Amino acid sequence: MPGLVPGIHDFLFLGQDVDGRDKPGHDEAGIAGVVMTYIAKPKFQHPGLPKNDLGFTHRDYEGKVSTLCAGCGHDSITASIIEACYELSIEPHRVAKISGIGCSSKTPDYFLGNSHGFNSVHGRMPSVLTGANLANRDLIYLGVSGDGDSASIGFGQFAHSIRRGVNMTYIVENNGVYGLTKGQFSATADRGSKSKKGVMNTDNAIDLVAIALQLGATFVARSFSGDKTQLVPLIAAAIRHKGASFIDVISPCIAFNNHAGSTKSFDYVREHNDAVNRLDVITGREAISVDYAPGTVQVVEQHDGTRLALRKLDADYDPHDRLGAMTFLQKHAAKGQVVTGLLYVDPDADDMHAHLDTVETPLNRLEAKDLCPGTSALEKINASLR
Amino acid sequence: MPDQSPISSVNDFVVRFANVNGSGSASANEMFARSILRHGVPVSPRNIFPSNIQGLPTWYEVRVTEQGHLGARGGVDMMVAMNPQTWDKDVASIEPGGYLFYDSTKPMPTSKFRADINVIGVPLTAITNSTYTDPRQRQLFKNIIYLGAMCALLDMDPKIVEQLIAEQYKGKEKLLSSNVHALHLGRDWALQNLKCPIGLQVKKADKVGDRIFMEGNSAAALGAVYGGATVCAWYPITPSSSVAEAFTSHCKKLRHDPKTGKAKYAIVQGEDELASIGMVIGASWNGARAFTATSGPGVSLMTEFIGLSYFAEIPGVIMNIQRAGPSTGMPTRTQQCDIIACAYASHGDTKHILLFPEDPAEAFEFAAQSFDLAERLQTMIFLMLDLDIGMNHRLCRPLKWDDSRQYDRGKVMTAEMLDEPGRDFGRYLDVDGDGIPYRTYPGTHPTKGSFFTRGTSRDRYARYSEEGAVYADNMQRLVRKFETAQDMVPRPLQANAAKPTKYGVIYFGSTSPSMDEAIGLLEAKGHHLDRLRIRAFPFHSSVASFIADHDFVYVVEQNRDGQLRQLIVNENGIDPVRLVPIVHYDGTPITARFIASAIADHQDHLKVTPLRKVKS
Repeated sequence: MPGLVPGIHDFLFLGQDVDGRDKPGHDEAGIAGVVMTYIAKPKFQHPGLPKNDLGFTHRDYEGKVSTLCAGCGHDSITASIIEACYELSIEPHRVAKISGIGCSSKTPDYFLGNSHGFNSVHGRMPSVLTGANLANRDLIYLGVSGDGDSASIGFGQFAHSIRRGVNMTYIVENNGVYGLTKGQFSATADRGSKSKKGVMNTDNAIDLVAIALQLGATFVARSFSGDKTQLVPLIAAAIRHKGASFIDVISPCIAFNNHAGSTKSFDYVREHNDAVNRLDVITGREAISVDYAPGTVQVVEQHDGTRLALRKLDADYDPHDRLGAMTFLQKHAAKGQVVTGLLYVDPDADDMHAHLDTVETPLNRLEAKDLCPGTSALEKINASLR
Repeated sequence: MPDQSPISSVNDFVVRFANVNGSGSASANEMFARSILRHGVPVSPRNIFPSNIQGLPTWYEVRVTEQGHLGARGGVDMMVAMNPQTWDKDVASIEPGGYLFYDSTKPMPTSKFRADINVIGVPLTAITNSTYTDPRQRQLFKNIIYLGAMCALLDMDPKIVEQLIAEQYKGKEKLLSSNVHALHLGRDWALQNLKCPIGLQVKKADKVGDRIFMEGNSAAALGAVYGGATVCAWYPITPSSSVAEAFTSHCKKLRHDPKTGKAKYAIVQGEDELASIGMVIGASWNGARAFTATSGPGVSLMTEFIGLSYFAEIPGVIMNIQRAGPSTGMPTRTQQCDIIACAYASHGDTKHILLFPEDPAEAFEFAAQSFDLAERLQTMIFLMLDLDIGMNHRLCRPLKWDDSRQYDRGKVMTAEMLDEPGRDFGRYLDVDGDGIPYRTYPGTHPTKGSFFTRGTSRDRYARYSEEGAVYADNMQRLVRKFETAQDMVPRPLQANAAKPTKYGVIYFGSTSPSMDEAIGLLEAKGHHLDRLRIRAFPFHSSVASFIADHDFVYVVEQNRDGQLRQLIVNENGIDPVRLVPIVHYDGTPITARFIASAIADHQDHLKVTPLRKVKS
């Protein structure tokens, strides 16, 4: 009688166990003779390293060794995230790092090694992050994406996560180019800029900052990976912001987009950087100790008590004026300038959970007794269906 | 005078209402079905509707069946022809000796009728217009007036209909009394002007029992409430939208904190199906029970994420309310056509768990169970409904729940467990030999148990790896996990023929009531079959043994290519010759008549060529 042997049990037996790659330990180094596909950092810590309020050192916020190209702007952003989390004294494991696909999306492996990370699907970080946030409103959500990930394949998801006011820090590491697939233009590449091979980009650029403003992001900033003093406090302030925070970080691609003719090269961004303000983030009850010249500082207090001291570099710039910010950006973009700084903040913002009116307890902690209406309710439902 | 004697039948006939959609006929028609049910007579109603909001033809069919045959029967004994657009087709579809009920306000040429049917004219428009002036009222009450006339013609108890109206308009006294008035307008006119009752009659019986009358989509949504789903992300698509809408309304009643009034659930209408499934995966990754409801085109869009769920082992539930495909297909017509698409969704080697409920009661149970399965097996679970179960009221056993039941949250390592001496956490480490590893929720422990989730290959400790052996090790474990699933999913149910037989039949899902009825029809012709109702994929070992025990097994399904049959052949290494496809795929629900005649034809041919003997 043919064909009666259940076939799903039959598969190629690959025999040998994979002992060599099977040793426990999250941060263990690769094994000799095995292709190194991840690089863990040695665990040694200098006893004299400074500690933050929670007693963590910088090292506690680090991840694996970056496998990006030497000099990549993304690594500077990674360092800035580490610095911002250290300074805010965040418990590393209370952060969820979520990314899409691409060079930028690899970076969550390189910071906060004790946090859960999720390198999801190309362009889909925002939906995964939104779902994660729905499940547990108590964690800090860090979304890391790139310009291909957010301005092309994931443009829709980027837009809708901003619209929904998901409480997150959404960082786009924007280099204007597809690095991992070797140098194609991305949708943020400026019209008229040239690829490494000399091809002119004829399509208009998408400015994610302008879009985020239009869609109602309640914290919008732009920065430059080469300017950590500007970037670190922006990330810190964004993390402390309750609502959709968006930071576009121009992050030159050393391999494919750092040549003359590119508008995302280190040289170009340095020459055209037009910072509207500088930011200091003051947490806790400390007094503002920095000595500012009178009339040059605007203090913004966020929901959680964090104060943002904004040193104005452009006297006319008002970061509470959404429409003004949009106009300012357009005018300066037309002149080829890259406007950076905290561009818009609504300190009274709320978030998706407020819109959905969900319980304070994270949904993932609710149990059967909280969720299941039980037989008595079911009897009533049955009775109503007769 | 009809040249055919009028059909005479008590509690066993089919009435079809032909309406224009958007005319408000749906609630009157549903009331007709419910009132027969209240006579203690089972009914099986079906909406046949276009993908349109206003102006196109729509039909509502009620099978009155004291014997309890809840599948579509085929054929129409009485047509309530309210749509001039479809008149010719509607009149043609009436069984010889059947009845045509129509609005006789405007005279119709005799050529528009048939000699072999009984024509019943009621001047509905005239009655309506002489009573009501408001155009909308005229439209709506016309429906109640024909309901009243039907009540007289079929000898239904008007008190029962009044009671239903009273329940529907409880607290809206004005609407209640005007509806009752309209009902009697129609009933009185019929009693005074027509010979009542006609040959088709409803007589009180006691054949409904404690059964409930519910739509599968609503039942599945309620199952999600009972199963502890807290996150629903969805994108509107027919015929699944009512799952999310029902989940919303169930949650509004059942899931608000009594003290704060706040919601113990989150429902997000995504921007598309990709976002919906992304949210489900994000929420499940973070320890919530999450689901989406969609239909074929949505599943197509979700497949990349479904592959991620399989490979990165993230739970999730997709309720697929199937409709006729491919592409946009027939969005408002039923099929069981996504079996292969769901079983193997995604690029690469994947297999997914499918559950096939037969009716709303099972949709409720399987929906609740799907969350346990998803978390236990850390993978995507497909709840495979179809339009026929999902969007039609179906009589089914009452919903049941056991208050002592706990949710199976699967293998989740807590902070305490991570701190146990000697405890080793590897996200993809198969510690129990069942292929299922432990996971941790984000935020669990300051220094232990974190890992990086990714769709790329990784080792047992979740570290990125492109090593062939590491990749294969993981893929083999996923096969082991799928084998483990076999004994966790709902088992097939077998019912044997009265006599020993060499023939069997396999079926699933919404085919169930028609199959049960067909067995009776076949037995009457001397064809005896054992039957096996498959309720899940992966297939339990009893599927292979059932096939082994029979010379031929018919596989009855509602798609062109015999997709379940293909899956059985493929997964169980069965000789395809032994599985005879019986397929029905025109978008209408499969009928007992179709099944019985297809199987009987094959059986008759078998008597001529004993294929098995030729082969061996």
